[in-house]
Amino acid sequence: MMPMLRYRRPSPGTQPELLHPPYASSIKRAPTRPLIQLPHTLSETTGPFFSQEIVAPKAFDLTRQHKGEPLGERIVVSGRLLDGDGRPVPNSLVEIWQANAAGRYLHKADQHDAPLDPNFTGMGQTFTDDEGRYRFVTIRPGAYPWRNHYNAWRPQHIHFSVFGPAFATRLVTQMYFPGDPLLEFDPIYNSVPVESARKRLISVFDWATTTPEIALGFRFDIVLRGRNATPMER
Amino acid sequence: MSGETTPSQTVGPYFSIGMDWLNRSDLTQGAFGGERVTIRGRILDGEGQPVPDACLELWQADAQGKYALPEDVREKSPEQKFFGFGRIPTNERGEFSFTTIKPGGVPGPDGRPQAPHIQVTVFMRGLLRRLVTRLYFPDEPALAADHVLNLAPAERRATLVARPLADEPHTLEWDIRLQGEDETVFFDC
Repeated sequence: MMPMLRYRRPSPGTQPELLHPPYASSIKRAPTRPLIQLPHTLSETTGPFFSQEIVAPKAFDLTRQHKGEPLGERIVVSGRLLDGDGRPVPNSLVEIWQANAAGRYLHKADQHDAPLDPNFTGMGQTFTDDEGRYRFVTIRPGAYPWRNHYNAWRPQHIHFSVFGPAFATRLVTQMYFPGDPLLEFDPIYNSVPVESARKRLISVFDWATTTPEIALGFRFDIVLRGRNATPMER
Repeated sequence: MSGETTPSQTVGPYFSIGMDWLNRSDLTQGAFGGERVTIRGRILDGEGQPVPDACLELWQADAQGKYALPEDVREKSPEQKFFGFGRIPTNERGEFSFTTIKPGGVPGPDGRPQAPHIQVTVFMRGLLRRLVTRLYFPDEPALAADHVLNLAPAERRATLVARPLADEPHTLEWDIRLQGEDETVFFDC
């Protein structure tokens, strides 16, 4: 029998509850029965190992996917992917998607009356390097209205999808921007009960990656679950 | 920095922009032997309405019960290129379909082989975290003793087992119900 890795469970209140009534869409979609705790077997501690060849070399730069340059404020979004023990998570696929500078998604279901940008798709991918670092060049997304409640607007955000080393570490989240006045009113951001955990979804302005004459830099580190070295069950 | 895991947030309604590029509903590529099977079903919300904006991700072992690299270090045949990952969005009728090979038994917490299963993640607008469930195969002698399946209340276990279709060989049906009487068993992974 081989030694079994286990991933730690998050502390209470540091992840959103599935049912969060202020977020109206959760009401008919969140399961109502208690979740059953899944022991970590090889099915949970392994995960897809993607070849870097699946991502085009320029897929990290969302401003260079079309003939012209997209409108809006060019930004560099970078950070590190770490595990819960502070170790870098190298060679992990990172996917992002977002609205354009006007707050409009290139999606048939987005009916917001704001212009599409023919030079902006709003999707990117990259892999973390040996130090767990990733870097995207993109446009600062606009806020946009949604129908969750009266005069509801989503704060500016970029969707992030990361895999990490295992099925158990899969994470999809959203990165927000510092000082956004809409955060206070956003039920999705506020679905995370503990304030200190919630605030870790907000990127920080970063001189080190701000590029002279080119782009402001924002840093967003992502922490995946840490591992336990506990003995086998039973 | 704190070692707490970054909070999850919903994929929202427009995830196809960033996720469609990796869609993969034929997992059989590179499979070394194994029984080919197509699995189809629907995702239904609390009102029984199909969910047209969901995405499933799959992770499974090969026909010998072994996972692709890197954590499964058991010896594998050099021909083996089976990848085991799938990503399938639901269509406008809330339906999904994928083709794969039936996995072999993966060692369970008690060291005995688990019943063949596919690990399933569900993403959609309205879900602030992913849902995790498992798909099991019908008519498997190992089902009765499966450690994980037996963690679910007996009357709910059937929600995790796909159903054979009488007139379609090698095809199984498996619906995911988010709420209600037949709510699918979901796991805290």
